[in-house]
Amino acid sequence: MPYGDSDITAERRRAPVAIKILIAGGFGAGKTTMVGAVSEVRPLRTEEALSEPSTRVDVLDGVERKTTTTVAMDFGRISISDDLVVYLFGTPGQKRFWFMWDELAFGALGAVVIADTRRLADCFPSVDYFERRGMPFVVAVNCFDDARRYPLDTMRAALNLTPDVPLVLCDARQRGSSRDVLVALVEHAVARINSGQQFTSAR
Amino acid sequence: MVALVSALRSTSVADIEPGLDPKLGPEHLRLLDGCRGPIAVADLASDLDLPLGVVRILIADLREHGLVNVRQPAPSGLSDIGILKEVADALRRL
Repeated sequence: MPYGDSDITAERRRAPVAIKILIAGGFGAGKTTMVGAVSEVRPLRTEEALSEPSTRVDVLDGVERKTTTTVAMDFGRISISDDLVVYLFGTPGQKRFWFMWDELAFGALGAVVIADTRRLADCFPSVDYFERRGMPFVVAVNCFDDARRYPLDTMRAALNLTPDVPLVLCDARQRGSSRDVLVALVEHAVARINSGQQFTSAR
Repeated sequence: MVALVSALRSTSVADIEPGLDPKLGPEHLRLLDGCRGPIAVADLASDLDLPLGVVRILIADLREHGLVNVRQPAPSGLSDIGILKEVADALRRL
């Protein structure tokens, strides 16, 4: 029996597909806003090791053995059909949560890096991370009302982005605008597959 | 985080309660109840209002007891152009 599209579709009906997309960017760039604008936000907590600085700040008298703290994560879902769901995970911005990134990135389709032109450098670590990992990503410049607008070419140069990385403007508050960013990411992932580029984090 | 957890067909809370393993607490039973159909780990944590790490440990316990099945959600989806186009089309309609 030939393996046609219909077989793939039938197979998928038996096996639900979850697509994971990461939303990264500096503190205050608009990650939470974007997840909220475009998906059904779900409360999600994770517990993480207390860092040295916070163990000095937090009063731990009587709870000396407490070495973890609970943090809220940006998490949203977009249900496309019964067996196809897109999950959005905001990557924790603070340095002490960086160890979580590998886990979040594992098996992810790709990432949106949100940039704020007033603090462009804040998104450099995210760009570096996804470049190094060979993971598809797009950079979405969140157009804050009071931020100066720059030509895309200028921003591409400032971010040192390779020509194949999509750079788009967005308003993270707007559902349509945030949706377009996700569409750009999925199209970019498709284009990379079509051009034969291997995707390392699918493993 | 998006690995799919599902309770094995034959198990239900009622089935295991009589001979309950002392190591299985009420959270285990809640979790088992919450994964009747395949559900992503992150969704389960959200549904049960438990931190991700706690849910992972509970899942590991249940798996050890042969009560749940955990699998990656069709990772081939990431390189399946058909699925990605379906995702892009669905997003455009949002």
